[in-house]
Amino acid sequence: MTSASSAPASSSSVSSPAASDIVLEARGITKCFGALTVLHGIDLALKAGEVVSIIGPSGSGKSTFIRCMNMLEKPDAGEILFRNRRVGEKHRGSGDLLGQGELRRHVGMVFQHFNLFPHMSVLENVIEGPVIVQRKSRAEAVEIAMDYIAKVGLAEKRDARPDQLSGGQKQRVAIARALAMQPDALLLDEVTSALDPELVGEVLGVVRDLANQGMTMVIVTHEISFAADVSDRVVFMENGRIVAQGLPETILRRPDNERLKAFLARFHG
Amino acid sequence: MYTWSFAPIIQASDLFLWGAWITVVYTAGSIAIGLVLGLAVCFARLSGIGPLNWFAQGFQELFRCTPLLVQLLWIYYALPLLLGFDMPNWAAALLTLSLYAAAFYAEVFRGGIVSIDKGQFEAGAAIGMSGWQVMRRIILPQAIRRMMPAFINQSVTQFKNTSLVSVISVADLTYMASIVNGQTYRPLESYTVVAVLYFVILFPMMKFADYIEHRMRRGN
Repeated sequence: MTSASSAPASSSSVSSPAASDIVLEARGITKCFGALTVLHGIDLALKAGEVVSIIGPSGSGKSTFIRCMNMLEKPDAGEILFRNRRVGEKHRGSGDLLGQGELRRHVGMVFQHFNLFPHMSVLENVIEGPVIVQRKSRAEAVEIAMDYIAKVGLAEKRDARPDQLSGGQKQRVAIARALAMQPDALLLDEVTSALDPELVGEVLGVVRDLANQGMTMVIVTHEISFAADVSDRVVFMENGRIVAQGLPETILRRPDNERLKAFLARFHG
Repeated sequence: MYTWSFAPIIQASDLFLWGAWITVVYTAGSIAIGLVLGLAVCFARLSGIGPLNWFAQGFQELFRCTPLLVQLLWIYYALPLLLGFDMPNWAAALLTLSLYAAAFYAEVFRGGIVSIDKGQFEAGAAIGMSGWQVMRRIILPQAIRRMMPAFINQSVTQFKNTSLVSVISVADLTYMASIVNGQTYRPLESYTVVAVLYFVILFPMMKFADYIEHRMRRGN
């Protein structure tokens, strides 16, 4: 189990006005696609060092929700707060509002389909953010990047192109790319769902290490036993609502909600 | 039996060379202007701003769904009546060719950009890049590779299309062929030479396009 005391060091330029240890918060997030409402006013607050897993059936809105958390999806109602600052509509912040670019600099995301930049090597993928967004020198960025590339076990692949890597390796590069921004929190959107079964373990291993090191994370996953293992809190979503949440033991081993029981029954067989 | 005689044609070789030069100038000029305008039209279409998108799309359809020859005649003979002043033929030619090129280039560019996976835009945004940074660093480098064959093909077509400016008396390669024919009464030689000149210039360009396309397929 991780604890809030081991929050990752970060050179955050965003000061927190209150002495709250909530890093990222969603308030009343509602999202519609046309006539279909996929999220009905979701609230979720993520504390520093906390690992929250979101589980639920396909179409429950969990991916849409995690994408709202870094504004890749624009909520139709509700707001996202980063260290108590509301995130605005624009890339740059103005007044009280934090820019979406600033939010994303501090909150990394890893996608189901990796989305590595195919025209860049592994190293170039990972230094892109530090050099272009954080305006670090190339030398400094390479040093940081190599640190994380080594951490995910791909140091010898630094000059490889994404199409020369296996799915598991691609996803580990994607994690290194997100980490190279030295974010305050990481959003993982079904990061093993596109992988062959034999490659799932290596990616989960990396995520587990991050959890052990105290990285603040939201993990959308179908890997129930993994969620039970690494999470401080498990959130069960269905039909765009949070139906149950709590400690992994409670939610996954002693569920008291009928729909949650039905969902879990499908995994336990 | 027809007796070929190229001697009178060779005497007029300076006319052909000048015509070829003029053709190259109009091609290069209209490609350059068309490129810039085409990019603007492409970004207008991708801007997500309704009126800008509709205007750009209207422009594209207008120039893609009417023959270049008709555009040329309309801009040279009809447009001045609306504007109230005459346009020299070189300006009408360059304007028409450029607008025509822009309409097609914009579609080539747009096709290249929208073919890039949405995940690439999101991955760029997710590390905090601005829209323009994503476009410049992530999307365009990939899109330009993909659009290259179509771009070269369109440019080759543009080179051939300049032959139409001869109808408004711009002294390009095709116009020179009719001049030489008028002077020598040797249409077979005049028009053969002009066809060969077009071919000699375009064949290497076409091969180059094929080479680029082949290399890209292997690369991907």
